[in-house]
Amino acid sequence: MSDALAFDSSTDLASLGRSLGEASRGDAGVIVSVTGQTGAAEAVEADELERRLLEMGFVEGAHVEVLHEGLFGRDPIAVRLDDTRVALRRREASAVTVKFDRTPT
Amino acid sequence: MSTEAATLGPARIALVGNPNSGKTALFNALTGSRQKVANYAGVTVERKEGALTTAGGRTLRILDLPGTYSLRARSPDEVVTRDAILGRLAGEPAPDVLVCVADATNLRLVLRLVLELKQVGRPFVLALNMYDIAQRQGLRIDLERLGAEIGAPIVTTVATRKRGLDDLIAQAEALTISHAGEHASTWREPNAAEIRAAHAEAQRIFRACVKPPERPDTITGKIDDVLLNPAAGLLILATLLFVMFQAVFTWATPAMDLIDGGFAALAGWVGAHLPEGLLGSFIADGLIAGVGSVLVFLPQILILFFFILLLEDSGYMARAAFLMDKIMGGAGLHGRAFIPLLSSFACAIPGIMSTRVIDNRHDRLTTILVAPLMTCSARIPVYTLIIGAFIPQTTVWGFLSLQGLVMFGLYASGIVSALLVSFVIRKVFWRGTVEPFMMELPTYRWPEPRNVLLNLWTRAKIFITRAGRIILPLMVLIWVLATFPYPPEGATGPAIDYSFAGILGGWIEPLLRPIGFNWQMSIALIPGMAAREVAVATLGTVYAVSDPDGATTALSTVLSSQWSLASALSFLAWYVFAPQCAPTLGVVKRETNSWLWPTVMFVYMVALAYLAAFATYHTAVALGAG
Repeated sequence: MSDALAFDSSTDLASLGRSLGEASRGDAGVIVSVTGQTGAAEAVEADELERRLLEMGFVEGAHVEVLHEGLFGRDPIAVRLDDTRVALRRREASAVTVKFDRTPT
Repeated sequence: MSTEAATLGPARIALVGNPNSGKTALFNALTGSRQKVANYAGVTVERKEGALTTAGGRTLRILDLPGTYSLRARSPDEVVTRDAILGRLAGEPAPDVLVCVADATNLRLVLRLVLELKQVGRPFVLALNMYDIAQRQGLRIDLERLGAEIGAPIVTTVATRKRGLDDLIAQAEALTISHAGEHASTWREPNAAEIRAAHAEAQRIFRACVKPPERPDTITGKIDDVLLNPAAGLLILATLLFVMFQAVFTWATPAMDLIDGGFAALAGWVGAHLPEGLLGSFIADGLIAGVGSVLVFLPQILILFFFILLLEDSGYMARAAFLMDKIMGGAGLHGRAFIPLLSSFACAIPGIMSTRVIDNRHDRLTTILVAPLMTCSARIPVYTLIIGAFIPQTTVWGFLSLQGLVMFGLYASGIVSALLVSFVIRKVFWRGTVEPFMMELPTYRWPEPRNVLLNLWTRAKIFITRAGRIILPLMVLIWVLATFPYPPEGATGPAIDYSFAGILGGWIEPLLRPIGFNWQMSIALIPGMAAREVAVATLGTVYAVSDPDGATTALSTVLSSQWSLASALSFLAWYVFAPQCAPTLGVVKRETNSWLWPTVMFVYMVALAYLAAFATYHTAVALGAG
């Protein structure tokens, strides 16, 4: 994935979407993909994490906005997800890719 | 119809829904105080059942199932929900009718659960709860269309105002007769693609039937801006916890003293009016003291759970877990473990009972195992006695009292060791089982007093009937050990020296000699199992300090002349760790539904206590305090 991205120009990169795990407070956008892959060792399998995220409402097309960040390491984060609010760790959030609006609202 | 209904047997209705949908409030509104709380066989999940009588005279048994987002069970609670709905629980047929409880202002996620319920093939009703809030927000729901889309009757309810209940009961009862929508279950665990498809379908229904609110709730966002602010949020949480801790600690004291005094007076009265002998002693010192020792925990439990229920019902609990997650996570604990651990400073028993707020089993067990390491109020009499007898009243660095410093050190070693033990448990024994932390932050609401009181009443009942059943026999056993056999004719020492407790103390004394304990200290440990502070009274007995009022002062004089400083410090170290509390072990048995975990707790705490006392004693001796 990262190899493929390396060939793209920087302007395309911005439109492709970033991991929710790296988002900052105020970032808002639309979810473009949900996987179970966080890049870290998880207690639950990728498939299980993916299903839990989906059941919580992290589904392609949903609107997401980072509302709050924790004090230590800005972790966990609280997001608005369509019309609910959800708290999760950045670790799990990194399984969600979001196409963020250029200017955070 | 009514005569027909009355002749039908009782029907079984199960309530199912997302967390925070007001499901328990609806359950309380439907059944009032006609509730029974027990455990499901073999698991620690609570089974809440209540009953109501319909207008036609028929009995409906209502089951309140744990909240869930899907039937794909991920925690023990959710397994119960799934198995109850599918009729897989041993000895429990599938419910006749399901009532799916939904927060009317938050329908998106529950519609996917409704689609899953449809596959199960039980007749069901969708109850749109908190409908008044939806109306106030100007949220418009096309009830007719929604009912047609999901193929089930819909009722609107306001559980807290008891609105819509008759309609709900009538619809549910009608389904028990018509069996509309009943078919064989086609449910199986969905994969990710199926969840996405169900989401899309739920989304379509949502768009078709629900017009977004004209006046959406903005208060929750505004409150969160303050309460979830990284710095201010933690400060507010700390203040809240401080008030809570103070309340559990200080408000409970008068009530506890009253219970303590009341039972002591009762025991004294009974002792005076019954002929002296075995029966009188058994009733006064065994039974009455035993019942008193169960009830004495009630004030703390009620106060703690009062706060917990307020925090949960208002929606703050999830925020507190959010704020604490990183801090607790460093020690391998869940964000929700902080309330149980904090309450354990007052008493480990309500603390362990409150670990129910933690869903994951390993997270919960870790919290239960380390909770007794927090310095509870029963250790204070022991600490005060020993510190008063052995630590000089001097100041260090000009302003710090040495006695206070030692007290602080004892508290600190409790906290540090609790964090270390949980760290070791999570890194060595349950490696890599860090559960994903993901939870909904519900809309803020005013807690409903009636609801809080009913839930509080349930807690009290559970403690007295279930934990009491374990604690009371343990207390009677300790009384037996301290009473039998009687001293021989013409014995000179105190009676306890000749009892089983005395004999046991004699047996374990060689084991405890390496940590600097004499036989009096060893004996005090046996009745001290009843509660930590009982050790003080026992030391008074074995050193034959007769004046009960001046006992502590007199005793501390005796101790300072009889024990070496090294022994005293070793005794303190022992009390930081030792599981000197049978009621705690009893509650762990009750909460984990197995003797395994109280055993594990006992063994690891004794081992830690021995090591700590050994190290303390020998260090002190080496430094010349022997």
